[in-house]
Amino acid sequence: MLPTLALLLSCQLLGEVAARGLGLSVPGPVLGLALLIFLLRVAPALAEHLRPTTGVILANLSLMFVPAGVGVIGNLDVLSKDWLALLVILVVSTLLAMLTAVGTFIGVQHLRKGPTP
Amino acid sequence: MNGVANLWSYLSTTPLLWLTATILGYLAADALARRLNNPPWANPVLMSVLLIAPVLWLTQTDYATYFEGAQFIHFLLGPATVALALPLWDNRDTIRRSIAPIVLALLTGSIVAAGSAILLARAFGLPTEVILSLAPKSTTAPVALGISEAVGGIPTLTAVLVILTGIIGAMTVTPLMTLLRIQDWRARGFAVGVAAHGIGTARAFQVNPTAGAYAGIAMALNALLTSMIVPPLVRWLM
Repeated sequence: MLPTLALLLSCQLLGEVAARGLGLSVPGPVLGLALLIFLLRVAPALAEHLRPTTGVILANLSLMFVPAGVGVIGNLDVLSKDWLALLVILVVSTLLAMLTAVGTFIGVQHLRKGPTP
Repeated sequence: MNGVANLWSYLSTTPLLWLTATILGYLAADALARRLNNPPWANPVLMSVLLIAPVLWLTQTDYATYFEGAQFIHFLLGPATVALALPLWDNRDTIRRSIAPIVLALLTGSIVAAGSAILLARAFGLPTEVILSLAPKSTTAPVALGISEAVGGIPTLTAVLVILTGIIGAMTVTPLMTLLRIQDWRARGFAVGVAAHGIGTARAFQVNPTAGAYAGIAMALNALLTSMIVPPLVRWLM
């Protein structure tokens, strides 16, 4: 568990250093993700060592969003003023994004008559 | 009585209380959702917030104090983003096989997610900093916060909007796809991953493992793409 955490944190740290050092708009953890994929390419055996810990982290992803979600109490002024507009925007925009993505995915697949695994 | 007041003033200043409350709130919410067989409306994040926020309100605890404890969990979003490399790596052959639908659905979905939010918010006449906070709403929280800060939004407001987006996506995806009679788990998972990041991905894993894997792919790729497309979209549409 600890070596895996150390590796995840190191990737994030290097990503953060690269993002800030080079002034990129890509957040550090995303560069860390790209770095870890690169490491897995170089050393595929790494995956089996990481899996137990990353599995636990990803299975409890919902928990990690709770502190940010509770932030609703710190933004009640903005939210209480524009809550209806924000709710309409979020619902409509999310539905549009899902419809666009699912339509494109199925449409492109149909055009290519791609292999279905 | 004085003893209780002393104990409270001690507990309310240590991270221990709100860290524990966050984990207990989540465990209760998750247990309840499982008991109900994970229906779309019983979202674990939403229910956790509904359990914890009233406690903070009743005890007159401000968000900064709560966050002293909760930050340890919030911090894990960073390593969790890095950990997404694993499902991407595990699915590399599948991704390679369906690279065309993945890339195109990612591009269109991501642009519509950010673009429609900006345009709708402008149509409603919302303040500029609120629009900027709204633009990265479909990408995962740590990424969205970074983008919000970079384009001039309010990061804490972005956090709330990101969570709400995730909850909305997670609650609507199953009824929407069933209504449209879409049976392809890959397309269903991918759509909710692009539009509703980790909370949508968590929902997809509840429903079907293939949908979950594709949602994870979409969410990870969208984290990369959104940070590249939101700054130019904001310049173009604002």
